[in-house]
Amino acid sequence: MTITKKLLTSAVASALLVGGAQAEISDNTVKIGYLADMSGTYRDLAGPNGLTALEMAVADFGGKVNGAKIEIVSADDRNSPDSSSSTVRRWVENEDVDLVAGLVASSVTIAVSNILEESNKLGIVSGSAASSITNEHCTPNHIHYVYDTYPLANGTASAVVKEGGKTWFILTADYAFGHALEGDVTRVVEENGGEVIQTVRHPFPTSDFSSFILQAQSSGADVVALANAGADTTNAITTAGEFGLTQSGQTLAALLLFLTDVHALGAQSAQGIQLTTGWYWDMNDETREWSDRFMEETGVRPTMVHAGIYSSTIQYLNAVKATGSDDSQTVRKQMMDTPINDMFAKNGIIREDGRMVHDMYLAEVKTPEESKNEWDLYDIVRTIPGDEAYRPLSESKCKLVTQN
Amino acid sequence: MTEILGVPVAVLSGQLMLGVINGAFYALLSLGLAVIFGLLKIINFAHGAMYMLGAMGTVLLFDAFGVNYWVALFLAPVIVGCFGIVLEYFLLRRIAGQDHIYSLLLTFGIALILQGVLTNIYGVSGLRYSMPEVFRGGMNLGFMFLPYYRAWVIVAALLVCFGTWFMIEKTRLGSYLRAGTEDSQLMQGFGINVPLLISLTYGFGVMLAAFAGALAAPIYSVSPVMGSNILIVVFAVVVIGGMGSIAGAVITGLMMGVVEGFTKVFYPEGSAAVIFLVMVVVLLIRPSGLFGKEA
Repeated sequence: MTITKKLLTSAVASALLVGGAQAEISDNTVKIGYLADMSGTYRDLAGPNGLTALEMAVADFGGKVNGAKIEIVSADDRNSPDSSSSTVRRWVENEDVDLVAGLVASSVTIAVSNILEESNKLGIVSGSAASSITNEHCTPNHIHYVYDTYPLANGTASAVVKEGGKTWFILTADYAFGHALEGDVTRVVEENGGEVIQTVRHPFPTSDFSSFILQAQSSGADVVALANAGADTTNAITTAGEFGLTQSGQTLAALLLFLTDVHALGAQSAQGIQLTTGWYWDMNDETREWSDRFMEETGVRPTMVHAGIYSSTIQYLNAVKATGSDDSQTVRKQMMDTPINDMFAKNGIIREDGRMVHDMYLAEVKTPEESKNEWDLYDIVRTIPGDEAYRPLSESKCKLVTQN
Repeated sequence: MTEILGVPVAVLSGQLMLGVINGAFYALLSLGLAVIFGLLKIINFAHGAMYMLGAMGTVLLFDAFGVNYWVALFLAPVIVGCFGIVLEYFLLRRIAGQDHIYSLLLTFGIALILQGVLTNIYGVSGLRYSMPEVFRGGMNLGFMFLPYYRAWVIVAALLVCFGTWFMIEKTRLGSYLRAGTEDSQLMQGFGINVPLLISLTYGFGVMLAAFAGALAAPIYSVSPVMGSNILIVVFAVVVIGGMGSIAGAVITGLMMGVVEGFTKVFYPEGSAAVIFLVMVVVLLIRPSGLFGKEA
């Protein structure tokens, strides 16, 4: 399809949709509900600072779009699908919330997306990991913006195998997210000619990893991969350092690490670890400029989730501005038709399954000598093009994708 | 190489060693709980929070005042101990003599408040605390690499446990304590200040928890939520050992560390549950615990 033809079709389509929604902003207010873990395990990677990122986006937009006021409400998801569902139900049914942003724990996101579909409101997911959110759990009412488990495995595991890490020991958090990641990693390792010789599933959460690290050492595997998150990962990395795992020639690969985790570990313990990230604050002038502003507000450097919340909110408001509507399908269509070019992503495209496809980055944690300050932590070693990083539509199980 | 159930003996020896190290933490924590329960009949659900305060205190003392590891190992528990005395004096004392459930709820509430306030200030990712210089590295035992710090944990924990047992069971102060809780009116009649004794005991019990926290700071992720996970396990240890039994708490702590360590090799998925399984079995066979006196 040529570009003009595509533009024409989308123009007609949006005209129809806009007509249906009367091209109006309901109650002359655009209301955004921010739902995230504000007090538990995932607080630091999104949490209160994510709300600040959202407020920055609204402030940058002048607090108004097409004359309509932009309002923000927020709530703690308590990592509970049940309590989050009742919050979101209240928001969309009684408080006219148009967009739900944040969305961290995968279980919460999946529960909330069902309510959004029923009530035909929009959700933009910035924190969750599970790739199933835009696969078997996809809906026409949400967009998954920052990253998912598919590129995490693709980026880190394939890079490590190519560097010669042929035999793998996988240490997995014993719950849905860990199992999914373990599955993705095993697939990538085997596709690249490597072999998984042992997997050990640890209870979630675990504070003492010494026993598992000792098992990893005696397995003799080239690579010890951590398919867990948060405090489990940082604890495992600290213990690996203490027991001299990398000194004895094994490579440590953490599959999901946020900047806040690496910061908590420090360059001394985390040096040399390879990880995949959707964004890093110190990549170019644009990212640095925004991060400086973020740091002035919060005192810390932003994670990829914080940056994603800011970027996606701006994209959303732009779409509301362009269509003059806050109807979820009109706005989603407009967002899908507009490539994302900002400090977060270049040529980012939102696909019909709701996946925002953009370049991912393979990073290596700097040594204490290379690191100039406490947040100077990553060296970007490779850019993974979006098409290569994310699950191709041809493998999709999403109901919105028509397979040829 | 010799093998047991398909696992080389060398690997098992390593796991045994690690089990004893983890057991040392359990022993220290359950010792404090046992002292508090045995002498005050308080079910101290704030014990995990006190462990967390000990670890956070060690890190914050270093960050704010540059206090080194050795001083913090002494200072953090003392500060937390004083805090415990304040809690006992202003709060716990008011519900003395009530049903156990009141002290349980009160201490649990205190734990949640401490955890919430500190999470708000410091977040949950964990604070950084570097290993003291003298403990960097380790020794090769042939069957495993033993970091020096882990060896120190065993020594320090066992010394403190033995000291506590000796003080309570073998000294005059200990006999006052035991007598004071047995019949406080009679003791007061002898001119001994029993309320003071009780405050000091609670302070000492939480001090042991804070000491375990300070000991944990260089090897575990130090965050406001670190105490909530370990608390339930430690309660199970105390129940297995027999509520209130001092020596029982220490021996059971070490044993459970080893049991958990071996489970991590043979069936890792079950390692979080194994201690509770032991608890169920022990309660069925010996309801007062392995070392508890039959009621």
